[in-house]
Amino acid sequence: MDIQNYSLNNLRELEAESIHVIREVAASFEKPVMLYSIGKDSSVMVRLAEKAFYPGKVPFPLMHIDTTWKFREMVEFRDRYAAENGWELIVEINHEGLAAGIGPFTHGSKVHTDVMKTQALLKALDKHRFDAAFGGARRDEEKSRAKERIFSFRDRFHQWDPKNQRPELWDIYNTKVHKGESIRVFPLSNWTELDIWQYIRLENIPIVPLYFAKERPIVEHEGTLIMVDDDRMPAHIAQKATMRKVRFRTLGCYPLTGAVESDADNIEKIVEEMMTTTKSERTTRVIDFDQEGSMEQKKREGYF
Amino acid sequence: MKQASSTQHPAPGSISSFLDQDQQKDLLRFLTAGSVDDGKSTLIGKLLFDSKKIYEDQLMALERDSKRIGHAGDETDYALLLDGLQAEREQGITIDVAYRYFSTNKRKFIIADTPGHEQYTRNMVTGASTANLAIILVDARKGVITQTRRHTFLVSLLGIRHIVLAVNKMDLVDYSEEVFEKICDDYKKFVTRLSLPDIYFIPLSALKGDNVVELSDKMPWYRGKSLLHYLETVHVSSDRNFDDFRFPVQIVLRPDLDFRGFSGKVASGIVRKGEKLMALPSRKSSTVTRIIGPDGDMDYAFPPQSITLTLADEIDLSRGDMLVHPDNLPRVERQFEAMLVWMDEKLMDPFTQFFIKQANNVTRAHIDQIRYRVDVNTLEQSETNALALNEIGRVVITSAKPLLFDPYHRNRSTGAFILIDPITHNTSAVGMIIDKVNPSDMPSRLVDPESKRLIEQGKSLIGKQELEKRYRQRGATLWITGLHGSGKNLLAYTLEKQLFDAGATVVMVDGSTARSGLNRELDFSPAGRAEQMRRVAHVCRILNDQGIITICSFISPREQVRRQLAEIVGPERFHLIYMDAGLDYCRSNKPELYELADKGQLHFLPGVDEPYEVPENPALSLKPENMAESVAKVMEFLGEMKVFPISSSQ
Repeated sequence: MDIQNYSLNNLRELEAESIHVIREVAASFEKPVMLYSIGKDSSVMVRLAEKAFYPGKVPFPLMHIDTTWKFREMVEFRDRYAAENGWELIVEINHEGLAAGIGPFTHGSKVHTDVMKTQALLKALDKHRFDAAFGGARRDEEKSRAKERIFSFRDRFHQWDPKNQRPELWDIYNTKVHKGESIRVFPLSNWTELDIWQYIRLENIPIVPLYFAKERPIVEHEGTLIMVDDDRMPAHIAQKATMRKVRFRTLGCYPLTGAVESDADNIEKIVEEMMTTTKSERTTRVIDFDQEGSMEQKKREGYF
Repeated sequence: MKQASSTQHPAPGSISSFLDQDQQKDLLRFLTAGSVDDGKSTLIGKLLFDSKKIYEDQLMALERDSKRIGHAGDETDYALLLDGLQAEREQGITIDVAYRYFSTNKRKFIIADTPGHEQYTRNMVTGASTANLAIILVDARKGVITQTRRHTFLVSLLGIRHIVLAVNKMDLVDYSEEVFEKICDDYKKFVTRLSLPDIYFIPLSALKGDNVVELSDKMPWYRGKSLLHYLETVHVSSDRNFDDFRFPVQIVLRPDLDFRGFSGKVASGIVRKGEKLMALPSRKSSTVTRIIGPDGDMDYAFPPQSITLTLADEIDLSRGDMLVHPDNLPRVERQFEAMLVWMDEKLMDPFTQFFIKQANNVTRAHIDQIRYRVDVNTLEQSETNALALNEIGRVVITSAKPLLFDPYHRNRSTGAFILIDPITHNTSAVGMIIDKVNPSDMPSRLVDPESKRLIEQGKSLIGKQELEKRYRQRGATLWITGLHGSGKNLLAYTLEKQLFDAGATVVMVDGSTARSGLNRELDFSPAGRAEQMRRVAHVCRILNDQGIITICSFISPREQVRRQLAEIVGPERFHLIYMDAGLDYCRSNKPELYELADKGQLHFLPGVDEPYEVPENPALSLKPENMAESVAKVMEFLGEMKVFPISSSQ
């Protein structure tokens, strides 16, 4: 017997692990949901879910928390992907926040993100009584995530307690929760950014075109390149826009997502750029500059 | 030959071939163990740094942090890159498992970084559970210390086959070969007591970078590989068990009537299309028609692939069942011995009915016995009644339903389990199965015709008539059924006293006496109840055979189960007494359990969330309100049935 025939390459091993995690949730929880951010990691997670239940249908819906400030191309992509691939799609908006006129330009990134993203997510989870929610977070994204479990317990108030995490051994996941408590599940925990790009390339997974370099209307605001995506951007800022060839390394609310100047218009070029770049992906998210350990703070409050 | 230093840097234009090549790399998961002072974080930081994983902006943030809380003087503190959470950063220690990722031209790596403090055995065990290899750090100035032994023991307990003993801070002992050799010798002496097949010794200095990525010219006497080079080349894929095919069904896919697939992860062994498989526990066989992987149909599958199997025949198979080769079966047992690591702040309570999760099965389990506790520092064994946080012991466990397992040393997937606290739902303990205790002697069915026949073969030397003459009674069982709070126990105790006073020889059994010992591992589920009564009925049978009258007081809600009890005891001497009390009476008589059940905090309470079937044909039907009258009726009945008293002439 040739042992070489029985070894998996790293990508296939990660894929097998993620599918195992996704199936475990479907088998153990009453009402799971997959949180869909429309980003590249979400796209990979969604594809893994499709594979996990092939030739059957995925037994849980996708949910997108729409802050109403996402790039228009993201929303188009979301609706088209869900429709073409037979997904049940739930879109939740914090209508109270919307009525109060909360937005990044008027209230700043911190308030906007808290109300329209974190609070909206918590409300939506309560409303649908989901007992398990998949997220596309990876451990290598950010320091505080390195210690996150794959199955991460949240109390009735959706709080994460980093000092009191359940031990997680082998591939035996503790899925027991009381009513009202829930588990956040991160099937991509062990994937790196390069793994994600590799998999998108290998599997031909569709992603939002914003990831690829193109001429776009850009303003430079406090050192960050922001795209003018609609007329809600205050005119005195928007009028400074010039066409620049940029792409986005992460996607979110357009006023809060910095672009990078780039010529990378295909995956190979993106990877090449990534391998030689000097910035990690989260630095293009404006919201991270608020305070040291800000991601950990957000996680404690219930953000992914 | 230039070795190591194989960090990623694709030549421009060759990105596609770089990606193709990168994709084919395999993955090595390793654990690092060592104390704060051994320079563990510095070593990991160095590995990450040199593999270009640390991006410039993270370094800039690092410089900012170092000025405020850095511990490394003027040098860059690599440890700050690793310690994520704020509180930990301020204490300057890592207190949990953190996972790190890096890659070289040859391999991808996942590091489980775990702390070395005694109180965090829990975290080290967690990190070790998914690792193929462990790097154990030793300070060259201190040599093999208690902590080194502890780490090594835990690594061997979790079944890691490859160890690197990294003797760090060689720069502080003048790169002395003698010091290094002494430490290696000490370590070799210690590990003879453990089963560790592959140990590699490397002298290095994480701070100076000696023998970490490149071989150092400071230690020309060292002829081995640098740490990174070793990590890139160590052969680990054959560590997997390819011999014993085990496929624990994780989920059944049934999208339409034409397709029925069994999905899960191949725990071990290899499965091929067209092979005959056996389903456990049903022992039904069928043939593999399709193997569907993430990339479509395959001819064979191996661990750790996540696949879906279809079979030629419609056999009943659900989550937790297992597909295996018919000539290579796992253990199917309810009792086994295991090494248990206690992970909970809460002290082990030996009376808890834990949930056990093993190979996709979740059932109840009970710790029967702690054979001994192991001191992780000295490996000495001692007696104990309960394990506390971070303690390790060898235990005997009984589960409510049979588990399908292999010894952990042979199969890390089917030999591992976790225990979950039934109230807090915390993961209280994790275990590695050593083996079954002895051949199963506990039939899982309520009535086992075979054992019934065997019992009937046993013949006492004392004749039935001699017994009746001595006791002035005939062995019989009074089985009292009724809702919780219906007055069963009051009747039972009053009867026992009255019969005793009248000269009868009586044994009384009720739920709490039976559960305190005989049935202590059973729960209150319908299956647990049935098993409890099955055992009690067998006890009654033995006692009745020897002329003793038994009084049993159990809710016994199911008609079918009561009939089986009569079969076990013998229908002619089994007398069913029904306490006919309404639910309202019972609730007001004993409200506590009903209130808990109403709130959903207690399950399977007959009359609330579990049916109580009124007996169709009881020997007696009594009302609880007038106990004296009821007792008199039973006494009269016993006389009529010639159970007690009987005259010696009979």
